[in-house]
Amino acid sequence: MPDPAGHDQRVTDLVDDLARSLTPVRRLPGPGVRTLAWCGAVLALGAALLPVADLSGLWARLGVPDLRYAALCAFLTSACAAFAAFQSSVPGRSPIWALLPLPPLVLWIGFSGLGCLRGWIAPAANLAEPEELRGCFAFLMSVSLPLSILLVTMLRRACPLRPNLTAALGGLAAAAAAATLLVPFHPHDATATDLLIHLVAVLVVGGLNGLLGGRLLDRTA
Amino acid sequence: MASGTALIMPAQPMASSEEASLRAAMTAAQNGDAAAYRALLRLCVPLISAMVRAKGVRGAAVDDVVQETLLTVHRARATYDPSRPFLPWLRAIAQRRAIDALRRAGRRPREVHDPLAYEAGVDDGPLPGQALDVGERGRILAAAVAQLPEGQRQAIEQIALRELSLDEASASTGRTKGALKVNFHRALKALRTSLSSAKGDTDA
Repeated sequence: MPDPAGHDQRVTDLVDDLARSLTPVRRLPGPGVRTLAWCGAVLALGAALLPVADLSGLWARLGVPDLRYAALCAFLTSACAAFAAFQSSVPGRSPIWALLPLPPLVLWIGFSGLGCLRGWIAPAANLAEPEELRGCFAFLMSVSLPLSILLVTMLRRACPLRPNLTAALGGLAAAAAAATLLVPFHPHDATATDLLIHLVAVLVVGGLNGLLGGRLLDRTA
Repeated sequence: MASGTALIMPAQPMASSEEASLRAAMTAAQNGDAAAYRALLRLCVPLISAMVRAKGVRGAAVDDVVQETLLTVHRARATYDPSRPFLPWLRAIAQRRAIDALRRAGRRPREVHDPLAYEAGVDDGPLPGQALDVGERGRILAAAVAQLPEGQRQAIEQIALRELSLDEASASTGRTKGALKVNFHRALKALRTSLSSAKGDTDA
């Protein structure tokens, strides 16, 4: 049958093939629900790690306002970045959602930056030593990896039209979640080098996700 | 620009009833209704085509992008939320696939930048004045046929122009097949002579 719209016969054949191969699908839950699932997974991982955590140190650190707010903002950054990643993985949603994690990210960096002054305002604070920083970096990387895999798996269920942006947001969510989970294991209080380690970890994980995750999420290939 | 407006027109927001029917069809497709899905995709093809043209895709690439968009729609159908309008969802996919195609085309070297290839390129279309030439030739042939004797003219009209068989021509004219054959060959000879002399006159 000639195509009335003058389209290639292949288009008509493709429409028939797709209709023939149609199977019912379970509708993807909204980004809000998926973000809640992500936060639940992060908290569950945190709960699983609690038995090996330094709980007395945790309570002491959470008693200090800037450390408490830095931890809270890291968690908020993770949640907002995950929400933005889920939004960007659905066609037709505004790309402006990608800016959502910026405010909590800035606050997180800001509160962590307050720790830079701790050397002067609280000389008795427990500052980081080089091998502890290496441990922190290794912790951030090793926790970010499974979290990134989990998030990429969740994102692959959708159809990200900008895979690199979605994957980079996912990387930010994973790195921020890892930084939140690091709080109970911190052997020291926040310092400038500590902030630097967190930033490097965020950039490395976000960049790696953007590069590698983008390919994993690109479902046109 | 008028042509640009015409291209963009189908991508404009549809009446709410059409949007509602598209939304209902997509919801049915999510539940596995193949007939509704086929009808929906057929409706989508001209819409996608207009959307990708509006993005600047041209020629045969349009059908390629339409196919890629249809495949992505199929793969992404679980992400459609029936509480939201269908067309922005479709447009986002079509525009992204159009941008991908334009980027791919931009990466490929194009011969149009090669001056020699451009100059030597052959235009497949009709030459200017070709229709006038065809008309003129037809007029000259008709005049030459009209000047033939009655029997020869009939033979040429029935056998060469109307493409009848000898039997059919014989039945319609009442002449024998032999007479028709003879008249046909004489007519061809006469036409060859008159047309070649007419050509000679024109050239002169």
